[in-house]
Amino acid sequence: MQELSRNGVVIDDTFAEAFGMRATAILITAPTLTWARQAAITMTGFATSVIGCGCEAAIDMDLPETQTPDGRPGCRVMIFAMSTDDLQKQLKTRLGQCVLTSPGSACFAALDGTVRLDLGNSLRYFGDGWQISKKFGDRHYWRVPVMDGEFLCEATTGLTKNAVGGGNLLFLAADNAKALHAAERAVAAIEKVPGAIMPFPGGIVRSGSKVGGKYKGMMASTNDAFAPTLRGVVNSSLTADVNAVLEIVIDGETSDAVAAAMRAGLKAAIDLGPKRGALRISAGNYGGKLGKFHYHLKDLLP
Amino acid sequence: MKAMTFTLLSEPEERLDLSVLTPTGISGLSLAQIESVRVGTSRKPAVVGDLFKLAGKDAENLIVEGGSARFDRVGAGMGAGSLRVVGNVGSQAGRKMSGGSLLIEGNAGDHLGSGMAGGRIELTGNAGDHVAAPLAGELAGMEGGVLIVRGRAGNYAGDRLRRGTVAIAKGCGDHVGYRMIAGTIVVTGKVGAMPGYLMKRGSLLFDRHPEALSPTFIPCGRPDIAFSGLFDRYLIAEGILDRPLFGNRPGKYAGDNSVSGKGEILYRSAR
Repeated sequence: MQELSRNGVVIDDTFAEAFGMRATAILITAPTLTWARQAAITMTGFATSVIGCGCEAAIDMDLPETQTPDGRPGCRVMIFAMSTDDLQKQLKTRLGQCVLTSPGSACFAALDGTVRLDLGNSLRYFGDGWQISKKFGDRHYWRVPVMDGEFLCEATTGLTKNAVGGGNLLFLAADNAKALHAAERAVAAIEKVPGAIMPFPGGIVRSGSKVGGKYKGMMASTNDAFAPTLRGVVNSSLTADVNAVLEIVIDGETSDAVAAAMRAGLKAAIDLGPKRGALRISAGNYGGKLGKFHYHLKDLLP
Repeated sequence: MKAMTFTLLSEPEERLDLSVLTPTGISGLSLAQIESVRVGTSRKPAVVGDLFKLAGKDAENLIVEGGSARFDRVGAGMGAGSLRVVGNVGSQAGRKMSGGSLLIEGNAGDHLGSGMAGGRIELTGNAGDHVAAPLAGELAGMEGGVLIVRGRAGNYAGDRLRRGTVAIAKGCGDHVGYRMIAGTIVVTGKVGAMPGYLMKRGSLLFDRHPEALSPTFIPCGRPDIAFSGLFDRYLIAEGILDRPLFGNRPGKYAGDNSVSGKGEILYRSAR
C-alpha cells in the first residue's frame, strides 16, 4: 500500500472512533474576561474524562461584550456526559461550587433544545427566600442576592443528544519537544472551531489508554502500542524514529464539529512539518465496533 | 393578501363593545355575517355594517381605520393574529388578551390591557387609569405579555401586576405598581406619588429617582448587578426603548415593607 503523506508528515490510514454523548453549554459572564474565564476554568477543572470525572468539560470560546446577553465579556463552556442524569448532576454541582462563587459572575443558557437542564432553577434556593424570578422575552432568569451584588442565572439551559465524544489525533514525533510543538499548534487551531472542546490539560493527553488491563477493575490502562519505552517488548505501533507521542481528544456539539476540529488540527500539524513537529499522525480506535462515529484521517486532510 | 380593514363611517352614537373584532372572533365568518355582528350596547344596538366599511380578506390581520373614545374592549380576549387601530379607543382595550399583537395609534381609556396574560399591546398615545390592572373584585391584574404605552399613563398603572412587562414612556400618575404581586414595570419620565405602594414582589424600573416615595421603602445603595445590563438590552431588542434605561449600578429601594418587602425599585442614579 502506498504511504499517505502531506508536507513530509506521514498520515496513517486509520480512523478516530468516537461515541454518542449528551452535551450542554452555558455562557458565563463577568465584569472582565479574566474573571469570566476564571469561573469557567474553575468549573471545568477535573473534567478531563467521563471515566474518572463524571463529565468532560472545557471552554468552547470567548465572547466579547457585544455578543453576550448582559453586555459583559464572557465565555461559552461545554459539558459532556454519558447520560442526562449525569450531566444534570455535574452541571448543578459545578455551577454551584465554581460559578456562583466566582466574583461578579452571571450564567446564561448557551444551547437551544427542547430537553432542558436546570441552572438557576436548582441554585435559586441559595437565595434563602430572597431570590427574585424574572421572566421576559421567552426567557426565565433567577437573581440570587450574594455578597458582591447578585448572581444572575438563567433558569434552564438546553441539552443535545447529538453530541460526539472521543474524536482524537495522535502526534508521533522524534522527541517530546517536537510532539508537544505539533500538539500545541493543533490545539491552537482547534480552539478556533466553534462547538468543539478539548477537555484534557491544555487540550493535550500524554497518557492515551487502551480498554481494560491486566489488573482487575481497571477500565483503561496504558496504550502500550504507542509507548516508546516499550517499543521493543510489546506489539508496538511505533517505528524506530519515534520517541514521543501526544494525543488530542475532541468532544463536539455535533459530529460535524468534531470533523471540523480534527481537520483544523491535522492542517496545523501538517503545516508545521516533520522537522519541527510530528513525523507521523495517527488516530485511536477500538477496531470500529464500539463507537458509532468514525473519522478517517484520509478524509480530513488539507 | 390584504389585511381586513374596517373603516369607520361616522362617530358612533353609543358605546361599542368591539371585542368581537379580533382574528379569532371573526374567523370562519363571511363578509355578510361579519357585517351583521352586533357591536352596540344600547337597546337598539348597532351592527358592524352600520359603522364600518369593510375591505380586504386577510382575517388574521385586522385594521380599524378611525377610532373613538366610545370604542370599548377593542381586542379584548385576543389570542392570535394582529389588530391595528388607527385612532383612539375607550376602556378595556386588550383586556384578558392572551396572544397576538394589538397596536393602537391613538389614546386609550381606562383599564388598557386589564388582566392580559400574553401577547403584546402597544399604544402610541396616552392611557387612562388602571393600565394592566384588574377589574373590581379580581385578584390579579396582568399575568403575562408586554404592554407598551408610548405616551403617559394615568394612576394605578400595573395594579396587582402578577407577571409580564409594562413599559410607560412619558411618565405616569400616582400609585404605579400599586399592590404589585410580581412582574416588571418600566417608566421613563416623571413618576407620580407613592410608586409601588403595597407591592409584595416585582420590579419598578425608573430612569430617575422617584420623588414622593412611601416611607416603607428602604434604600439599598447602588449595587453592581448584571440584571441592569441584561434588562437594558432586552428593552432595546424588544423595541421598547432606544437607549439604555439604567446604565451601570442602578440605585435600589426595597419595599413595600408594610407588606412582604420583597419588591424593588431600581432607578438610574446619575443622569
